[in-house]
Amino acid sequence: MDGAVPLFRMEGISKRYGGVRALEKAELSVMPGSIHGILGENGAGKSTLIKVMAGVVAPDEGSMMLDGSEVSFASPAAANQAGIVCIFQELSLVPELSVADNIIISNPPTRFGMIDRKAQRRIAEEALARAGAADIHPLALVKDLPLSRRQMVEIAKALARKPRILILDEATSALTAADVAKIFGVLKRLREEGLALLYISHRMNEIAELADQCTVFRNGRNVASYAAGSKSDNEVVELMIGREYSHIFPPKPVRLPAAIAPVLEARKLSWTDRLDNVSLTVAAGEVVGLGGLDGQGQRELLLAFFGVLRGLSGEILIDGKPVAIASPAAAREDHIGMALIPEDRKTEGLMLPMTVRENLSFAALDRLSKAGIIDRAAEQRLIDDVVGLLAIKTAGLDIPVGALSGGNQQKVVIAKWLMRQPRIILLNDPTRGIDVGTKQELYQLMRKLADAGAAILFYSTDYDELIGCCDRVLVLYDGAVKRELVGTGITERALIASALNIHGGDATPRHGADA
Amino acid sequence: MKDWRYWLAEQRGTLLALAIFIVMFAIYTANHPAGFTANVVQTASNKGVLLAFVAMAQTLVVITAGIDLSVGMIFTLTNCLASWLVIGTGLETAFGVVAVLGTGLLCGAINGAIVIYGRLQPIVATIATGAVYFGIALLLRPFPGGSVNEDLADALTGRLFGVVPASLVALFAVVLIVWVPFSRSVLGRAAYAAGSSETAAYMSGVPIRRGKFAAYALAGLLAAIGGLFLTFFTYTGDAAYASGNAYTLFSIAAVVLGGVSLFGGKGSAIGAIFGALAFRTIGDLLFVFDFDPLWQPLFQGVILLIAVSLGAFALFRVRNRLEWFL
Repeated sequence: MDGAVPLFRMEGISKRYGGVRALEKAELSVMPGSIHGILGENGAGKSTLIKVMAGVVAPDEGSMMLDGSEVSFASPAAANQAGIVCIFQELSLVPELSVADNIIISNPPTRFGMIDRKAQRRIAEEALARAGAADIHPLALVKDLPLSRRQMVEIAKALARKPRILILDEATSALTAADVAKIFGVLKRLREEGLALLYISHRMNEIAELADQCTVFRNGRNVASYAAGSKSDNEVVELMIGREYSHIFPPKPVRLPAAIAPVLEARKLSWTDRLDNVSLTVAAGEVVGLGGLDGQGQRELLLAFFGVLRGLSGEILIDGKPVAIASPAAAREDHIGMALIPEDRKTEGLMLPMTVRENLSFAALDRLSKAGIIDRAAEQRLIDDVVGLLAIKTAGLDIPVGALSGGNQQKVVIAKWLMRQPRIILLNDPTRGIDVGTKQELYQLMRKLADAGAAILFYSTDYDELIGCCDRVLVLYDGAVKRELVGTGITERALIASALNIHGGDATPRHGADA
Repeated sequence: MKDWRYWLAEQRGTLLALAIFIVMFAIYTANHPAGFTANVVQTASNKGVLLAFVAMAQTLVVITAGIDLSVGMIFTLTNCLASWLVIGTGLETAFGVVAVLGTGLLCGAINGAIVIYGRLQPIVATIATGAVYFGIALLLRPFPGGSVNEDLADALTGRLFGVVPASLVALFAVVLIVWVPFSRSVLGRAAYAAGSSETAAYMSGVPIRRGKFAAYALAGLLAAIGGLFLTFFTYTGDAAYASGNAYTLFSIAAVVLGGVSLFGGKGSAIGAIFGALAFRTIGDLLFVFDFDPLWQPLFQGVILLIAVSLGAFALFRVRNRLEWFL
């Protein structure tokens, strides 16, 4: 680190999405020749911050300075021109093009107006070698590569753009340990060459190994900056939490450790590399949470129960009896009685242009019809029931469901399944992007359904929700259940620690104690 | 893996279309009363290149994950226009050719502008513009008629050195002048990237809009070349609605046969050309076997279904059922 002049500086950056505050007067200074670690929970504003830096998102207010002069980026291309290159979490590779095509895509070498294939090949090979991925053939199609190789191509692509500031957003999440070691070598070399690197990761040990400087984000603000190694893991986790608790959760029933037979049980479920020997039980009346970082197999686990995945190994038991669930249609049959509230209500939950009425009765049409004809009176009775139960606010049943607010849309998705009176309810992050009031109603509803005898499996990226709603929480990491938290043992500290796969949680930190 | 294997994998669709075409054409000529003669090849080539040009046009748009339902109508419109303009002295004829090709380019550019800058869905936008183009064609030629510079027409539909069909040479020249530069240019790369993953392309700073616009505009140009050749073969202009529509639909069939993915981002115009030639040969096969021509549509449909289902096997490997719908 060569002194006081930052290469890049952000001041007072704010960004709102609708009513949601993603960034609130955030600041960040990046020094040349250093690696800057960025830490924070899911939704702390890290992703928005780098999107602003990379020209993907325009901030509502605030300024950015590069080399001391103010800059603003209209597009990712403009940020690239300025030397800011970002490796995004969602890969930015074009699947049908070859590795070499992708590496040079932003700035292809041309001869007589055509892409110079020889030069392209040479640049690609150099970039792959520089990223330590010379084993990838430049002519291979990106879609044929496994995820870990794609991530290496993404890194090679970034290097080929000769960045001054390189941003890595969870860039190692899909990599093998050997690749991570290689990439770390590359990153350290880039630091010596004078680049500024921004390293965003949930993996504390990676930050500890790489970073010179760290900044912690919480609720859209940078809450602390410190020299790497000057704080213990526990102190860092403390900084990441620091939220006020809101008492919006219904009281949990006091119950003895389950002597009740489970309604839903999984035994050693595995699927490709996303699920790894998952075993769990959910009893009637129980709300079981799925925790962990986003993308650790929670979504796949719910899909596995719901009959969406093929080639699943292991057993699913309903009422103690093994069952084969071949499709969502089979999962909702009476003897299983399962419902899934999907993660993306707009694509997987609702037919947006269709009416509220039509959307509500989709899942229950077989029960409401005789010989293929829908019994309108029965449909109306059932709809009245659920609309009342969930207090869905709509101008009428015959308006498009897309016209409702996000919270009410989500209620429609849930109501649709409640019309079948499911015994097992799987929820995939159901409160994402909805307002606090509706959230609270959903928490109450969840508890009410559990008290009425439903078995509930609830995935949430919001730790508060897991703490407030769940009787037990299973924390997933890399597709496997790493830890089970029960009752009062469900604390934010324990959730974060086990999500980051730091052992102990309240116990000893592994490193950083030298402060 | 060796380089040639990647090349092979990339060209698989094209090679498959080539193989289908060769097999069908071999069956065709083997059973033709005249056999494999320069005459038979010339006739087949003249019929085949018309669809080949329109299929190339369709390919450009399909690569961007769009579809152009107006290609057949641009083809018809330029045919009618050529029957007015491509006539007279050498200079007048040359002007006519340029005007016809310019009209095609303009039609394509209008499609592109509406789809890209107007953000309409390609399928709807091109149905509408296609109707407009046909309307203009009808005003130009309410009844079949007109004429064309016959020297030029005969030269381009005849044979070079007594054996090589001139239309085939023209097709080859168009591939070299239009397709090869486009597919290797930054714009062409942008068109592929936009078709494969528009988000990733945008995030990488690719000139998506210009790439897509170039694809639509060049599609208009290629359809116009087809229209010009139609005039050379028939010596007249004819605003035939059924024929225009048939060319649009057959071009889509030819593109799929040629290994171009309707989801965008994959395939080449070369494959589409062989797809077009193969599709034409399917129709001709019936004649050499003395089938009633009434059977032709049914037979063409069945062969097309079989050929296209070859490409659907990948679905059996999907392990997350939600990916069926992507």
